[in-house]
Amino acid sequence: MKDQSALKADRLPRALIAAVATSGLAIMLFILFFLLKESLPALRETTLGELMTGAFWYPTAEPAEFGLLPLLMGSVSVTLLTSALALPFSLGLAVFLAEVCPSALREIFKPLLEILGFFPSVVLGFLGMVVLAPWLQERFSLLTGLNLLNASLLMGIMILPIVASLAEDALSSVPRDLRDASYALGATGFETTWRVVLPAALPGILQACLLGVMRAIGETMVVLMASGGAALIPRSVMDPVRPLTSTIAAEMGETPIGSAHYHVLFFAGLLLLIMTLSINVGALWIERRGRKWRT
Amino acid sequence: MKAMKILVTALFVLTLANGASFAGDLSMNGSTTVLPIAQAAAEKFMESHGEVTISVSGGGSSNGIKALIDGTTDIATASRFIKEKEVEAAVAGGAYPVPFGIALDALLPVVHPSNGVTDLTTEQLRKIYTGEITNWKEVGGADQPIAVVGRDTSSGTYETWDEKIMAKEKITPKAMVVASNGAMVQTVAQNKLAIGYIGIGYLNDSVKALAVDGVTGSAETARSGLFPVSRYLYMFTRGWPEGDVLNFINFVLSDAGQEIVASTGYVPVR
Repeated sequence: MKDQSALKADRLPRALIAAVATSGLAIMLFILFFLLKESLPALRETTLGELMTGAFWYPTAEPAEFGLLPLLMGSVSVTLLTSALALPFSLGLAVFLAEVCPSALREIFKPLLEILGFFPSVVLGFLGMVVLAPWLQERFSLLTGLNLLNASLLMGIMILPIVASLAEDALSSVPRDLRDASYALGATGFETTWRVVLPAALPGILQACLLGVMRAIGETMVVLMASGGAALIPRSVMDPVRPLTSTIAAEMGETPIGSAHYHVLFFAGLLLLIMTLSINVGALWIERRGRKWRT
Repeated sequence: MKAMKILVTALFVLTLANGASFAGDLSMNGSTTVLPIAQAAAEKFMESHGEVTISVSGGGSSNGIKALIDGTTDIATASRFIKEKEVEAAVAGGAYPVPFGIALDALLPVVHPSNGVTDLTTEQLRKIYTGEITNWKEVGGADQPIAVVGRDTSSGTYETWDEKIMAKEKITPKAMVVASNGAMVQTVAQNKLAIGYIGIGYLNDSVKALAVDGVTGSAETARSGLFPVSRYLYMFTRGWPEGDVLNFINFVLSDAGQEIVASTGYVPVR
């Protein structure tokens, strides 16, 4: 009798948790459905080929041209350059914090790093506009300092703390036994870090990198303010670019609901979702592989 | 003590409910270009009409008109006239939009203060923006490339520039794009090679305004129609305005209202 009532009492929280979890999932599915519903009519106004390969973005001209290629290339180039600039630094910082840094110093650095991760992107964008842009223009005698490099530098500053902090967690969670065993075999500190700790933490490190990359793809404010906003396929790192995110942010507000332009902007959102989703799936795959590999 | 608490709470709730049920709530939405006028006018109006609260937001001309059509705003501000399609949608929704021209705006081409060029023709401006002219020396300046800065294609400012200067020709894809008048001033002030355009209300000492076709952009030249890049700014109401909406529109068009228009850097209609 007593057992049964305990079971009953157990059932309520379980149902509650299930309800909360399902509603969360339902909201996500609803957002996905809404995105699809609003973006697919774009294919009625223009073709998928024109969207993906068109080189010109004139959404309000007569006739309108909806070439998403320059915007897509804008997003991809900013993300790649950001990764190339920030990931090596982040990983170096993570290794330094986890392996080299004396623990007293680390107690100061780690929280500092985590606070830096919350730096508002609009402040960074503003710095890019009034400090970095004029300096870049002066230094390299460019047409404009608002360009791919500027946006990538700022975004690098933004994702560096995130990636470094997560990668440091991954490195620190490598069991002490592994290091001890390595030292016992006569390995030096460098050999231990390079051949034992890093490979063991690799899945976590890769995940940290992918999270950083995803943040870079989705970031809007920094690119809106600092990337220059020209819908061009960039030829050099000094060219201004216009990523998908800043295009949506700048244009959605004044676009008539239900127009072709409106649907194409949603389609751009769908592209962003597909990009981040595939990276997410990649991260999951790496994690699963890593788990199998470790056991 | 407890009764006291309940009483206070009840009173508080009552006042809240009371405030909400007052008819004196006006909402105004639309063009960011009209925003400085709308904000200043709303503040002044609320000073003299204590019972009326006006909420002002600026989501863009099209947004404002959309809100007017949906009935979610009482007054839509716009930096362009209402389009035929929008009138149809409004009438279908049971509201006939009524326009009031409340101010004039002149769009000024702006360059960095160090730029030697002082005057461009409409033709030259168009060619700079189509990408045909790429060097300042072609228009009488130093031998330096031109950094063309435009506005996002859905802004009212872009539409006016497109209509008055571009004559429907396409702006070069090399043009940088900024998302507001403020960002335009910021960008041009930081770049010696840049040319951009702003509403007259946003001009300050950090940038230099150019004359167009030999006419300096000013209140007088805009109102007389001499300055080629000027346009009317509007407030639209749902049907002929009544009550507080009518009072507010009358206030904006009164001498006091037009003084506000002038003080925010725009051109009064009279």
